[in-house]
Amino acid sequence: MAEPLLKVEHLKKSYGEKRVLEDISFEVEEGSVVVLLGPSGSGKSTLIRCLNGLEAFQGGTIMFNGETVRPSPKNWRRLRQQIGMVFQSYDLFPNMTVLENILLGAVKVQKRKRDEAARQAMSLLKEVGMEQYANAYPRQLSGGQKQRVAIVRALELNPKLMLFDEVTASLDPEMVRGVLEIILRLAREKMTMIVVTHEMNFARQIGDKILFLEDGKILEETPGRQFFTKPQTERAKSFLESMDF
Amino acid sequence: MGHSGISIFFEGANFLRLLGGLYVSAKIAFLSIFFGGILGIVLGVLRTLHNPLLRLLLRLYLEFFRIVPTIVLLFLFYYILPQSFNINYKADTVGTIVFSLWMAAEMSDIVRGALISVPMHQVESGKAIGLSTVQLYRYVLVPQSVHLMIPATINLMTRIIKTTSLLLLISVVDVINVGQQIIEANSHRYQDGAFWVYGFIFILYFILCYPLSRLARRLERRGKAGANG
Amino acid sequence: MDWTVVQNSLPMFEKGLWLTLRLSFFGIIGAGVLGLICSFIQYFKVPVLRKLVTAYVELSRNTPLLIQLFFLFYGLPQVGIKFSAEACGIIGIIFLGGSYMAEGFSGGLAGVSKTQIESGLAIGLSRFQLARYVIFPQGLMLSVPAFAANVIFLIKETSIFTVLAIPELTNTALDLIGMYYNTNEYLFMLVVAYAIILIPLSILLTWLEKKVRYGTFGN
Repeated sequence: MAEPLLKVEHLKKSYGEKRVLEDISFEVEEGSVVVLLGPSGSGKSTLIRCLNGLEAFQGGTIMFNGETVRPSPKNWRRLRQQIGMVFQSYDLFPNMTVLENILLGAVKVQKRKRDEAARQAMSLLKEVGMEQYANAYPRQLSGGQKQRVAIVRALELNPKLMLFDEVTASLDPEMVRGVLEIILRLAREKMTMIVVTHEMNFARQIGDKILFLEDGKILEETPGRQFFTKPQTERAKSFLESMDF
Repeated sequence: MGHSGISIFFEGANFLRLLGGLYVSAKIAFLSIFFGGILGIVLGVLRTLHNPLLRLLLRLYLEFFRIVPTIVLLFLFYYILPQSFNINYKADTVGTIVFSLWMAAEMSDIVRGALISVPMHQVESGKAIGLSTVQLYRYVLVPQSVHLMIPATINLMTRIIKTTSLLLLISVVDVINVGQQIIEANSHRYQDGAFWVYGFIFILYFILCYPLSRLARRLERRGKAGANG
Repeated sequence: MDWTVVQNSLPMFEKGLWLTLRLSFFGIIGAGVLGLICSFIQYFKVPVLRKLVTAYVELSRNTPLLIQLFFLFYGLPQVGIKFSAEACGIIGIIFLGGSYMAEGFSGGLAGVSKTQIESGLAIGLSRFQLARYVIFPQGLMLSVPAFAANVIFLIKETSIFTVLAIPELTNTALDLIGMYYNTNEYLFMLVVAYAIILIPLSILLTWLEKKVRYGTFGN
């Protein structure tokens, strides 16, 4: 059995006195999609942000691609080229065009040649239907369009793992579908992903494995299909019911 | 050669005279802050009422005091006031009037800015339970905007104190004026009197103003933290 | 109001106007550069310099320009450092203005949203790259309102130069009053002169503020 791409063991995190993540352990196989579900405040976002160093953790280990992650700014900079992240707030850099936003990482961080990077950028933009906006500025785009560009910006670095933190939560309903379809397509292309979301239908379609969190602990780790029909815990059951599932 | 200028301070009543001058500056400053502050609060509230003419007039008043440099204001009032109204005021009084009016103008802007930043739905909730305009201001608008006004007001106070330095130009016997007199009187004996006297006054102003700006900054930070609560 | 007096003094006021503008221009540029450097030092928390900058900002913000000028022009020569009156004026503006500019720029830099910074980190930017591509461009845009306010403030402060007998606007008016006593006319022209500078400038800067805000943030 191949080594999982990501292995988290006994992860702990506190904000001062408050314990927000408690003994988190799980694995993510390459090419699979793990969905984090749970009520607000359960620690889903915090957990996913620990995985690319935006939040520090105080205990436990993270192993990525066979190496144990030693949290230092230099290491995180290197790892962030392999772990892409898309945020809820679709923050694109307002002082750059769409294309420049996408190329910034490739050219300045990965030191790739501009032509090659631009070619890849344009092809990715075409896949998400945004190629005609390459020279537009973020202020000219809608929320959904910005989010699509944000996804491309992350994909441009050719990451091995993609993290999605509630990426449709701030979008108007009409735009949500377009973005989710892009993520579904990535799943079909076997991109390894960890997704935090409230969209239950989407979670059921995409999740190979569901992690259900509450109060910073993993209450349940269940294969995707099964979670939505027969969750293991009472808490998960009432959570699904409260979401009309 | 002369003695080192620092001994100026030990001569006769020099030090006391300087403090006396400082007292004059401080007195004018605080009187202006007091009267101007009260007037400013009133004007600020008036500027948020829905009377376009009133708001325009008050806005013009504010802009006038903003465009014209304070020195020029002092001279305007010092020279023109006696002629137009046939009254002769002491320079001190003219200074106090000018600074009070300036304080009121700036204060009205601070008050207005804070009042209009209270979220609309707070005001609407107040109206919905039948509060009158006066009650709205008293129970909803003012309490929720006061904390915003305080740092800016303290900074404004600091500016007023600093600007009293200009009073010497209309012959108010303030601390700088006294300083100049001392320097002149002692220029033969103390070659570097100016260095020490002006240096001292520099530090005096710093001692007056620095605690105020520290206070304002601390309140500002606390205000920001509290507002997110 | 005697309009012939007004007319006759126009040339002198014009000279004063240009001098005011010139001195303001150099002073503001100097203050801007100084302020920018200081805000960078504060932002990068450079060890020793940072304390120096804090001390400088506090000293310059809590003391009046008048005293700074007197100290420069009358005090320093007595310990051997001599500057011309105009030089003292410009140095004074740079010294005073630098701290106001520094506060303005620091405020702008601090105002860059956390999510922007995280987006930059997430694509692997180094701290320096983050500053260069994300924080400084956006921070500078955010400082434009404060910069505008400081420009207007500093131009007004040049009126204080009159105490060093520098023939700028205020001095011109006071001089004429001293000679010919036509207080009303000369003060009227003085106010008009400042209005001519500051009202258009204020409108221009407000337009610039709006343009920059829309350009950067879209609403």
